[in-house]
Amino acid sequence: MTRTSSNSPPRPAPGTRPVVPTLRRSPTLTWPRLRRIVEKIGGAVVVLFGAATAAFAAQAALPGDRATVILNIRAGQAIERTPAELAQINEQYGLQNPLVVQYLDYIGGLLVGDLGTSYQQFKPVSEVILQQIGPTVALTLTAVALSWLIMIAWVTLTAGRTGRLAGAGAVVDTTAAGLPHYWLGIILLLVFSLGLGWFPVISGPSAIGIVLPALTLAIPLAGFMGQATRTEFERSLEQPFVISARMRGMGDTGVRLRHVLRHSVLPAITLSGWALGATISGAVVVETVFSRPGIGKVLVGAVNSQDLPVVTGIVILIAALYVVANLLVDLAYTLVDPRLKSA
Amino acid sequence: MTSTIDSVHAPAARTPTPRADTPAPKRGRLSVANLSVAFRRNGILHQVVHDVSFCLEPGQCVAIVGESGSGKSVTARSIVGLTGKNSVVDAQSILLDGDDLRAATKRQWRRIRGRRIGFILQDALVSLDPLRPVGKEIAEALALHHWGNRRQRAAKVIDLLRAVGVPAPENRARQRPDELSGGLRQRALIASALALDPEIIIADEPTTALDVTVQAQVLALLAETKERGVSVILISHDLSVVAHLADHILVMKGGRVVESGSADQVLNDPRHEYTRSLINAVPSELTRGKRLGAAPSDTATTPAADAVAVSIAPRPTDHDCSGPVLQAVDLVKRFTTPDGTVTTAVDHVSFALERGTTLGIVGESGSGKSTTARLALALSSLDSGTVTLLGQDWSSLSEPRRRALRREIAVVYQDPLSSFDPRWNAERILLDSLTDAAGLSTAAKKARVVELARQVGLPQEILQRFPLNLSGGQRQRIAIARALAPNPSVIVLDEAVSALDVSIQAQILDLLVDLQRQRGLSYLFISHDLGVINHLSDQVLVMKDGVVVERGTPDDIFNRPAHPYTRELISSLPDHPRRNP
Repeated sequence: MTRTSSNSPPRPAPGTRPVVPTLRRSPTLTWPRLRRIVEKIGGAVVVLFGAATAAFAAQAALPGDRATVILNIRAGQAIERTPAELAQINEQYGLQNPLVVQYLDYIGGLLVGDLGTSYQQFKPVSEVILQQIGPTVALTLTAVALSWLIMIAWVTLTAGRTGRLAGAGAVVDTTAAGLPHYWLGIILLLVFSLGLGWFPVISGPSAIGIVLPALTLAIPLAGFMGQATRTEFERSLEQPFVISARMRGMGDTGVRLRHVLRHSVLPAITLSGWALGATISGAVVVETVFSRPGIGKVLVGAVNSQDLPVVTGIVILIAALYVVANLLVDLAYTLVDPRLKSA
Repeated sequence: MTSTIDSVHAPAARTPTPRADTPAPKRGRLSVANLSVAFRRNGILHQVVHDVSFCLEPGQCVAIVGESGSGKSVTARSIVGLTGKNSVVDAQSILLDGDDLRAATKRQWRRIRGRRIGFILQDALVSLDPLRPVGKEIAEALALHHWGNRRQRAAKVIDLLRAVGVPAPENRARQRPDELSGGLRQRALIASALALDPEIIIADEPTTALDVTVQAQVLALLAETKERGVSVILISHDLSVVAHLADHILVMKGGRVVESGSADQVLNDPRHEYTRSLINAVPSELTRGKRLGAAPSDTATTPAADAVAVSIAPRPTDHDCSGPVLQAVDLVKRFTTPDGTVTTAVDHVSFALERGTTLGIVGESGSGKSTTARLALALSSLDSGTVTLLGQDWSSLSEPRRRALRREIAVVYQDPLSSFDPRWNAERILLDSLTDAAGLSTAAKKARVVELARQVGLPQEILQRFPLNLSGGQRQRIAIARALAPNPSVIVLDEAVSALDVSIQAQILDLLVDLQRQRGLSYLFISHDLGVINHLSDQVLVMKDGVVVERGTPDDIFNRPAHPYTRELISSLPDHPRRNP
């Protein structure tokens, strides 16, 4: 879907360029574009700052004495602690300081990439996350890619048809969008791993092991994006440029793939930005069902054991992923619809 | 898998191929005999085209004329087998160079479309894929029929664009329709239809939505194509467009051909009542001060004689009424485009609108006429200059202070559909516009709404309908009723009749004239259509690039144009069919 390809003649050299009043592109284009990029990055920083602050506030608002909680997590049992024990922990984590100071310390740490130390594992949170992030990112990206494949194939095949196929198309979208990850994962596991034996039961790090977990995340997402895409697809099918293409001798399939599809994917791209972030939370369930390593399992463990630095670290990470995903969405938007570049 | 657009050519099995037993009476390049089209909706067949027959010779132009809904577009699309979803096409024969198209398979159709029959649709902004450069669209027409290789196609695209008169085609081929002017993109669309030198070109309203000078260029291009021996089927609601090009004219109404004959006969000696009304509906210099429509039509009751009208007769105004009702002095409005360049959309424009008169502003798209309208309505802020409404300073007021005066000035746009809430029925739309009726009971308000509807010639039943279920003419009547509701002194009409068929346009223009006479309204009438401006205006401004290049009475402007641009505009006017007494 590139805008210019080899069949358009090479751009004439500056000297030979015919004198034509350009309609809108003037040489000063770089400055507004630069400003837009600066605005985007500024917005991203604000979002991350907000997420970090919210995570800190939630941590501070939790009931109970923090030092006691930390000691109990380490010991694995809930008992009263002596003031001496608590003083040492307070000293270590700076808990005796006023909240504002704690907050500033925390934000200051974030600025240099320090997410704190895990209560339970005695390791820096960043290290805990980095160890586990790989499989989760692989799972998320595979899931989003799979959902696009499924969605595009299904919508292109069924949208705007008459008769039974048309009804089936929309019904399948809605049903798929409503499937809970937990249930879908178990069904896939039962049928394809235990029943047919096509895939390993414990998915592990292998390439084939990622298929079922990714499908579990991809199917509901495909249904969800399919609903939005189908509406646009059917609207585009009625557009005059489609009739023009048919009048040129293009067949139905050609029109769907070459003209209509491109017009109908914009809402799905928007959703993908959200989905890249949301599949991380879906990964929590899926990684548990398929016994996969990953950030989801770390998060579940950290929440259960009240290992707050890890929880907040993951929250900030997810926020960062959302920000990155949305920047990618903006980029994809102008690739698909170049008109937005000048808007 | 059923296709979405391909239509079902039903009778191929029922009637044996006519070539075998009944030789076609006349063998042109294309001959259509007794074409009928129906659409299946909820299991019921609705017949939209009845027994249309015509014959097209090489180098000839057959025009199909009629208002929207007359079946003219459906007829044209049936010829290329793209009638639409759920359609059933029935014909005695559709012969293209002796081949019966009714029996064509999907594959054969695809070889015919684009290669043997080219099709040009109305608005290139949406008829070319808006996301792709126009060059790619033209190359696609070539590639679909396996013409040449990539490099040859790229070269051919440039040649084609040059042939249709696109300057600097190498650059234009890389631009998208929205980056090209209306004329250039329409040429690109035509180039894509002409790509493979088809024997027949079908042009469905090819100049609607184009400025008059661009329209003249596109028609000249089609005439040139015809000269080369290509047969043209031209579809339009406007007889004056058709007069330029057609050798033979079919006039359609309600799916039937009501008149068919040589262009000369149909335009100069129309036999059918409907053809005559179509010719008379074209507004021009000759129609000034006369009614365009025939007798009051069935839906439109003339409100003139109604006694009830007294309740909304011109009210004695408490404002100073000695000077002009609306006056603009040295209006300037600049815009900054996203890339930082500043354009002056309105450049020192002044005008005065006298009570009970019409001031026409004519110009092509981008001339600043609509921006001028927005400034007059105080919907945009001014960079400099002043607007005075009923002798009071209007442009410099703060919005809350302005609101009291706002009901003195109303507006009607080109496309009322987008200015109505689609979930409100006509009654609610009008109730909402009764801004000064706060103290009235619901029943009294409803009575006023019914009265407003009568004023604009709409029966009461229409009020329960939703905008989508109203015809274009009915919507525009509702829009006018909404503008009348607060009883304004001035109505700004921004291309208010431009989207309407000629016959509906005639009715709306007549209505505007009636309302002006009864209520002493003043109109600021903005249009790109010189005929309409000439018909309606007392004073005319000609705008180009934000500047008023000429002003005067219609007589001055149209008969003694001083500025070269005005002369160019007037020379672009299509030949007017002779008006019948």
